[in-house]
Amino acid sequence: MAKVLMKGTEAIAEAAIQAGCRYFFGYPITPQNEIPEYMSAHLPEHGGIYIQGESEVASVNMILGAAATGYQVMTTSSSPGISLMSEGLSYIAGSELPAVVVNVMRGGPGLGGILPSQADYLQATKGGGNGDYHLMVFAPSTLQETVEVVQSAWDYAFKYRNPVMILADGFMGQMMEPVEITPHETERGDWKSWGLGNKGTREGKKRSLIKSMYLTAELLEAHNSKLQEKYDRMQKEDVKWEELHVEDAELVIASYGTTARIAKSAISHLRDQGYKVGMIRPITLFPFPYEPFEKLTDRVKHILDLEMNMGQMIDDVKIATKSRFPVSFYGRCGGVAPSVEEIENQCKQILG
Amino acid sequence: MAETKVYSRPETWTKGIHTHYCPGCGHGIAHRMICEVIDEMGIQEETVSMSPVGCAAMMYDYIDIDYVEAAHGRAPATATGIKRVLPDKFVFTYQGDGDLASIGMAEIVHAANRGEKFCTFFINNAIYGMTGGQMAPTTLIGQKATTCPQGRDPELAGFPMRMCEMLATLETPAYIERVSLAKPKYIMQAKKAFQKAFNYQKEGRGFCFIEVLSTCPTNWGMNPAEAFEWQIEKMIPYYPLGVFKDFE
Ligand SMILES: Cc1ncc(C[n+]2csc(CCOP(=O)(O)OP(=O)(O)O)c2C)c(N)n1
Ligand code: SF4
Repeated sequence: MAKVLMKGTEAIAEAAIQAGCRYFFGYPITPQNEIPEYMSAHLPEHGGIYIQGESEVASVNMILGAAATGYQVMTTSSSPGISLMSEGLSYIAGSELPAVVVNVMRGGPGLGGILPSQADYLQATKGGGNGDYHLMVFAPSTLQETVEVVQSAWDYAFKYRNPVMILADGFMGQMMEPVEITPHETERGDWKSWGLGNKGTREGKKRSLIKSMYLTAELLEAHNSKLQEKYDRMQKEDVKWEELHVEDAELVIASYGTTARIAKSAISHLRDQGYKVGMIRPITLFPFPYEPFEKLTDRVKHILDLEMNMGQMIDDVKIATKSRFPVSFYGRCGGVAPSVEEIENQCKQILG
Repeated sequence: MAETKVYSRPETWTKGIHTHYCPGCGHGIAHRMICEVIDEMGIQEETVSMSPVGCAAMMYDYIDIDYVEAAHGRAPATATGIKRVLPDKFVFTYQGDGDLASIGMAEIVHAANRGEKFCTFFINNAIYGMTGGQMAPTTLIGQKATTCPQGRDPELAGFPMRMCEMLATLETPAYIERVSLAKPKYIMQAKKAFQKAFNYQKEGRGFCFIEVLSTCPTNWGMNPAEAFEWQIEKMIPYYPLGVFKDFE
């Protein structure tokens, strides 16, 4: 397929279809409504099914049931909807099921507003639902990267049997960019060994039991340890980030998604003016990329955490830097994105 | 003289396992009937289900079929996900009155309204069993529970909800019936309803809902015999048995 101009939300939907997703359950919420709209229009052509749940609570539990069959399923929502889905996400993670969830973030707390934000970093990376669990969280920063991340999402979801969340913001959902979307073959592993409905094909007609409940303390502890090993493995094998001009940087910006994109423009202006500014852009927010921060040399004077919220990633950045450098935060929220000039000014102030 | 076998455990019943249910509890009877119907139809490998939250949370230990665990009240949504992906398999939910009529009210009404082609067995014992006898949406007026120690007061808690009647107002469901387990005659009628629900699913008829009036002697503070009597005297008059909707 050649490059076509597409809106972010529609690119997400088409990428999902091209990666083999055939079951979509969701509930409308701005600013991601074009995804369910696209799915309802196009999944039937591919032999798939779109169902609009009566709520996000229902939709995510439909996802749980469908994921338990071993087929590729997806839901999408925006911040308040994701809060309602937290119950199901905790169950899906606890039951070790593969599913893909997209959060096109808007501002909060509460009903907040419908404009773009990155206010759900903590919810996405630290939980949201109950218990010791993590989603694998991707934060792409261009539409092409979003397409690639969406397509590979099921590979990771099946590799780890864990839900994968794509954390985008309203800008990414609404902007248009040329994208290339090609069919992607998802690796589903030995899904029949656990997928519901395959009892007859298993040795000894063994049944599949998919659950998160362990009433014996030792068994639940063992289950949680098994999940933790999986998260440790993600950290070793599948942590992703991008580095920009960090070799000689005195100031390193830590930023992801749309904000990182704006920061790139600011960095290029600052470089033209002789300021040594670089950037580390986490692509996976969980597992968090500690390595590029650990590798930073003493040439670095300062780290600036830049987000569209009130400073949610800063603790992760501080942990990653092991207090070797001062870390400060700059950000806007409520639907306001930091401008290129604001970022430049902020950097100049820091560098003196 | 050759022995004639008159009674045995269903094949679908997990070998060598005993339930954790209290004496006189209806859950075990209802499970057994489900297993019998699965055996009669020879669909053990074709049936998948999800356990609810409540005393039947571990029914997956008793019925040897593929299982996933559902969140409290969400089984109809989870079943929707399964059945939409696997339209040729037999799917059923099994839910208590707290699970289905309280936290999961939206999920059951909408699954019924969409005409999801699975069956739901709704175990109405007029109380929350698992959590120790709190009031359910189905608790009778005047009936005592730990969260209505003076008896259910409609001023505070409204009237007990009749799920069959409510769901029967919907256009879509294929079959809705209320049965009881309080005496052998009722149990035989209940078995027929279970068979019909599975047969309708085989024929792709749409949503089937069987409400099973059950017992919770433990939390009702009665012995099993008293519990069955109480059901006949108090519950059945408020929750009349019978067919509320049948596609035929
Ligand atoms: C979200 C959530 N809220 C509350 C509970 C606690 N809880 C477990 S079982 C139950 C009541 C179950 O009652 P019912 O569905 O009538 O089944 P029974 O135990 O009577 O068979 C409750 C409230 C829970 N597990 N999850
Ligand atoms: S508490 Fe009630 S519902 Fe639960 S097993 Fe005992 S009798 Fe049955």
